[in-house]
Amino acid sequence: MKRQTFLQLTTTHLIAACALLTGATGKLHAQTPVEVQFFYPVAVGGPITKTIDDFAAAFTKEHPAIKVTPIYAGSYQESIVKALTAHKSGTPPVTSVLLSTDMFTLIDEDAVVPFDNFVKTPQDKAWLGSFYPAFMQNSQAGGKTWGIPFQRSTVVMYWNKDLFKQAGLDPHQAPATWAELKAAATKLTQKDASGKVSTWGVQIPSSGFPYWLFQTLSTTNGALLANEAGTAVKFDDPKVIEALQYWVDLGKAGIHPPGVVEWGTTPKDFFEKKAAIIFTTTGNLTNIKKNAKFDFGVGMIPGNVRKGSPTGGGNFYIFKKSSPAQQQAAFEFIQWITQPERAAQWSIDTGYVAVSQAAYNTPSLKAYGKDFPAALVARDQLPASVAELSTHDNQRVTKALNDGLQAALTGNKSPAQAMKEAQMEADRILRAYK
Amino acid sequence: MLLPALVLLLAFTHWPIVSTLVDSFFSTPKGARASVWVGLDNYAVMVADPVFWKAMRNNLWFAGVTIPLSISLALVMALWVNERMLGRAFLRMAYFTPTVLPMIAVANIWLFFYTPQYGLLEQISAALGLPSHNWLGSPSTALGAVTLVAVWKEAGFFMIFYLAALQSQNPSLREAAAIEGASRWTFFWRVQWPLLMPTTVFVLVNAFINGFRMVDHLFVLTRGGPDNASTLLLFYLYEVGFSFWDTAYAAAITVVLVSILVGMALLQFFVLDRKVHYQ
Repeated sequence: MKRQTFLQLTTTHLIAACALLTGATGKLHAQTPVEVQFFYPVAVGGPITKTIDDFAAAFTKEHPAIKVTPIYAGSYQESIVKALTAHKSGTPPVTSVLLSTDMFTLIDEDAVVPFDNFVKTPQDKAWLGSFYPAFMQNSQAGGKTWGIPFQRSTVVMYWNKDLFKQAGLDPHQAPATWAELKAAATKLTQKDASGKVSTWGVQIPSSGFPYWLFQTLSTTNGALLANEAGTAVKFDDPKVIEALQYWVDLGKAGIHPPGVVEWGTTPKDFFEKKAAIIFTTTGNLTNIKKNAKFDFGVGMIPGNVRKGSPTGGGNFYIFKKSSPAQQQAAFEFIQWITQPERAAQWSIDTGYVAVSQAAYNTPSLKAYGKDFPAALVARDQLPASVAELSTHDNQRVTKALNDGLQAALTGNKSPAQAMKEAQMEADRILRAYK
Repeated sequence: MLLPALVLLLAFTHWPIVSTLVDSFFSTPKGARASVWVGLDNYAVMVADPVFWKAMRNNLWFAGVTIPLSISLALVMALWVNERMLGRAFLRMAYFTPTVLPMIAVANIWLFFYTPQYGLLEQISAALGLPSHNWLGSPSTALGAVTLVAVWKEAGFFMIFYLAALQSQNPSLREAAAIEGASRWTFFWRVQWPLLMPTTVFVLVNAFINGFRMVDHLFVLTRGGPDNASTLLLFYLYEVGFSFWDTAYAAAITVVLVSILVGMALLQFFVLDRKVHYQ
């Protein structure tokens, strides 16, 4: 009996749903708007889905001939799996937000088209030139633009002002150089009577994607990990090895946690006062603002021979296997959503860095920045920022570096040996693209 | 009635196995480059791939520890909650809870158990005056830590099968043993354990499959790190297939994984099964 009722109920619902669907498609055929499927990932906290849905609805209202359908596709990793699988089966989304570092992968799979095809008017050109150059480094290759910056971030430093005061340091003055960072971390490290550390001076996470955090050190030491064409890497550059040595030495000095530090628990370590200074994404700003029960500062990554930090986050891509009308419609949507006012709103809602200077000149973001200056640190760091490591066969090359970094941090290999081996592996993988 | 099931089985199990085998002899198609016949090249790459061998060794270790440990724990727990005692229902539920929880959610909880300094494990070891340890962040303990989560997850699941088997055993056996004056151990070893053999074979098959299939928690806990110290075959397979997009090589690894599982299943069905006494 029970089972029958269940079946009946299900069938009724299914029929109702089918009726709704046919109704909906019937309507579509009447107006024949261009449908643009849009995959997006959610990588930070907050009501991202609602913001995106609102954007799509507002756009469709202004452009009745285009219907944007946002589809939540999971994490970045899940989104590219879905988008590329759909591409291989012949029906990809028209547009998708995917990691900027996936650019070469998408080009190699022949999955995306460059934006240059759509940029025709002087306004279009001005729009393409309006983005921060730091973000465009990961969006252009071979003289073409393959991605449009949307949800972009960068690594910054957070510090606990209370612990700075306790340690006799100026709470308003963040360490600005490697040497200052090491000196401050030494003072900030607290040990109990038995010599066990209760608070680490500095903590740089190294699980999952250590290469990204490592770029804060390699960049400030004046090294670039990959060439622009994404065909060669320089993991065994002496400057890179020196940067890794600095990281390893922080651990050896007993002022940075030993072994591999979990990315996910690092903000929590900061809240629990187990780490006085942490490196993490600007995307954690809202989270830390909400949960830190002490006064904290947000600062630029300390420099050595120069300042710098890698950018990160996602770009818009347009997929090749959709109709020209759909691609043009997607282009219009992307142009619309990256306009200064909307980029400003997106930045305030999510904590991502707004993608153009014009967005920071809007009244809303100006007011927000005045109220919460920490939100502007990422922007101020952008002139010194560099591209996130991205090459052909990106994830495999990145893994070679990640494995090497972890081997050095856990003391299994010396920094020089680890980087030499990572270089050999990367050379082997990239041979095919030279 | 059996036709739909057969169609599903053919479409989603047998055909994919065959096509995977075929794919493993071709190169990965990339963009405009179509895939070409490469013979055993993908297997040659595998033999030369140190990460593959690391994953294989790790997985054998992982399975070698989880299988006996989770089964014996399950048996002990089942014997215990089979007794008449206060709060029996609560205890049974408590043991079964890990099985019900989704692995990803569970892994997030364990992540904080293992967290250095203020994690649960650290608080216990600190109370005992032991030094602090980064469980997931050192190569020597990462694999052990992820194995423990698997044992914890599996034991409750297997307990249910043992408990069901124990409940269906004839109570007159226990009475007869009591009249004969048999000790508890003798009763278990001579009566209960032999009667549980069919269940043990069933559980063993499941435990073995899970030993190669359970990788969900790796995505949260270690992502195979540090430096591949805790990577397992299926996890590596996913990485090769969906991070590196080297689908041909992934197909070759799949073939190896499937062969291991099929080989073990055959061994269990044809060798172990004969030694089991069914009622």
